[in-house]
Amino acid sequence: MHNPQLNTNGELTHLLSIDGLPRAVINHILDTASSFLKVSHRDVKKVPLLRGKSVFNVFFENSTRTRTTFEIAAKRLSADVINLDVTRSSTAKGETLLDTVDNLVAMHADMFVVRHAASGAPHLIADHLRRLGRNDVHVVNAGDGSHAHPTQGLLDMYTIRHFKQDFSNLSVAIVGDILHSRVARSDIHALTTLGAAEVRAVGPQTLLPTAIEKMGVRVCHDLASGLRDCDVVIMLRLQNERMNGALLPSAREYFRCYGLTPAMLALAKPDCIVMHPGPMNRGVEIDSDVADGTQAVILPQVTFGIAVRMAVMGILAGN
Amino acid sequence: MSEQALQISNARLIDPDSRLDGHHELYISDGRIVGIGQPPPGFSAQRRIDAGGLIACPGLVDLSTRLGGIEPELGAAVAGGVTSLACPPDTKPPLDEPGLVERLVRRSATLGLARVYPIGALTQQLGGERLAEMNSLARAGCIAFSQARNPVVDTQLLLRAMQYAATFGYAVRLRPQDRFLARDGVAHDGEVASRLGLAGIPVAAETVAIATALQLAAHTGVRLHLSRLSSAAGVALIRAARQSGVQVSCDIAIHHLHLSEMDIGFFDSNARFDPPLRSVSDRNALRAAVRDGLAAICSDHTPVDADGKQLPFADALPGATGLELLLPLTLHWAAQEKLPLSLALARITCDPAAILGIEAGSLAVGRAADLCLFDPDESWRVTPESLRSQGKNTPFLGQEMCGRVRITLVGGRVVFSA
Repeated sequence: MHNPQLNTNGELTHLLSIDGLPRAVINHILDTASSFLKVSHRDVKKVPLLRGKSVFNVFFENSTRTRTTFEIAAKRLSADVINLDVTRSSTAKGETLLDTVDNLVAMHADMFVVRHAASGAPHLIADHLRRLGRNDVHVVNAGDGSHAHPTQGLLDMYTIRHFKQDFSNLSVAIVGDILHSRVARSDIHALTTLGAAEVRAVGPQTLLPTAIEKMGVRVCHDLASGLRDCDVVIMLRLQNERMNGALLPSAREYFRCYGLTPAMLALAKPDCIVMHPGPMNRGVEIDSDVADGTQAVILPQVTFGIAVRMAVMGILAGN
Repeated sequence: MSEQALQISNARLIDPDSRLDGHHELYISDGRIVGIGQPPPGFSAQRRIDAGGLIACPGLVDLSTRLGGIEPELGAAVAGGVTSLACPPDTKPPLDEPGLVERLVRRSATLGLARVYPIGALTQQLGGERLAEMNSLARAGCIAFSQARNPVVDTQLLLRAMQYAATFGYAVRLRPQDRFLARDGVAHDGEVASRLGLAGIPVAAETVAIATALQLAAHTGVRLHLSRLSSAAGVALIRAARQSGVQVSCDIAIHHLHLSEMDIGFFDSNARFDPPLRSVSDRNALRAAVRDGLAAICSDHTPVDADGKQLPFADALPGATGLELLLPLTLHWAAQEKLPLSLALARITCDPAAILGIEAGSLAVGRAADLCLFDPDESWRVTPESLRSQGKNTPFLGQEMCGRVRITLVGGRVVFSA
């Protein structure tokens, strides 16, 4: 099947999902991010890679944090950044997604950073651009429904690689609401592509997608066995609306069964790192003592995230 | 025009209903078939159609066609060789008023294309709360009653609806899907939906609804037809019910014989169906059910315009155009499964006619001369321009089809030729 995010030379033309990305492309992004990380530590935090280019942050779903990191990344590449909060403008007036895209293309956008509540929306945009013959306009998926959040997946891989170097001996536990998590799906694809020894999906049946094992993970319903001897634990945010009794009885019971406490973390390897895509719910999925503890690498994730997004945008603009 | 005496020459006649398969002359007069092989005494053809190289079969009978625009869709029907079709009640407004049914019957009769058999609403506004005026609707022309895509949630009301329909001998058609289990779902609850982050519809949504319908049908004695099965487990329930003597019929949409969840690919909204495309093993079980005669095939023709499809997968409207693909896709299935043509054609002619209880789908002498003449070897590419239907939405866009309708007759009149 045609992979919509690669061009005929196998180069990245959109970043829509980690599913289907070759290992070499992922490694190239991570290596590029490594060089951009140094830029962030300089006094003048800018490189001219995207000078004169217009990056449109098109967020159909609110997210200040992700939008800000993309904005910083684009500005450090010297791009002009235009933020559109579409939730409050055109779509509210009945404009369709593709109408919005057509308008922005007419404004000479070079890159779209798209977040949308519906899975597959960035694919739809990329497909539309292809039909328009606009191969020069790139799409970066900044999170679509429960489908994918590829830059988060990549920054998670960057973080793991930074602390653990090699993937081949790692056991990684992903804990929580995998059913609704685009981060979990992107992490699973990235980890299996990069050859992690084992990926565990940990959570109650109500929060795990059907046939998740087909994605190459081992399902654990019990947190203790999910954490035992693992090298990396990725905690997922539990949305408030999941705790209303339909999927989980209560936040209290969830924390009792799946909350990451120091005692639970002690079951993992002593040098196990703790990751979280943020924003955290302290006392719901993660105990403050763990979140603020020495094994947590949650803030480095944020720093790496900017370098990874710079790398993605830089590579796309060059292809 | 219908008075014309017509002779169809050199065609290979295939009529599964009368187990006819061979090269015979076919004689038509006063809109009816008056002779096969031998003309009736005194027959003199005013027109002769040379159908050499073509197959002549009964006009196709479709169990579920959404019309949208009546004229273009009935044009699409005859272009696809469909001469009789049942129209589900989820029109706008729904077919719950005798006046609406009469208007539909009159409009379609005036056009003189395919024959339209309305399915009446089982409940008012398809709301599942109050029984529709089934007797009045039947008098207006409805041949069965259904809820289209709206399930009856209240099982007591469903029981009452079946009892009331059974009182008059009306058939009840249900699309089995439990509303709660299917809530928010847009794709088969399996590997593909999980990977794409799409909300799933479990197979149990179908089996739970089938089990309920079968129990209530057995209790009420109503003539039950289950529309558009999608799963192996669903088919197994029907098979078991039939073996234990329950009178129940069912159909499967032609798309579900060819496609599976894998065809969603990267969120192709043309592969969004209701019920959803399920796993490959489900598809294989559906194929077996049709092969064995457990289920008939329907087009499930659902024209959706570009605005309804050029949306993220979950927001896109379900369904595909089907009338003009029904025959070639059925032939393709038969060829893949190495089945005789007559068996394949039975599933889109006499079988659905028997389910609908209409006089159609047969080439027997005395029957209405509704015919489909097609070239089984002619191939054509599916493009928006090649389809007469206003619905250009199909996952088969761009693909090559084998089998092309050349002439369609309704009541002895040529209503389509190409």
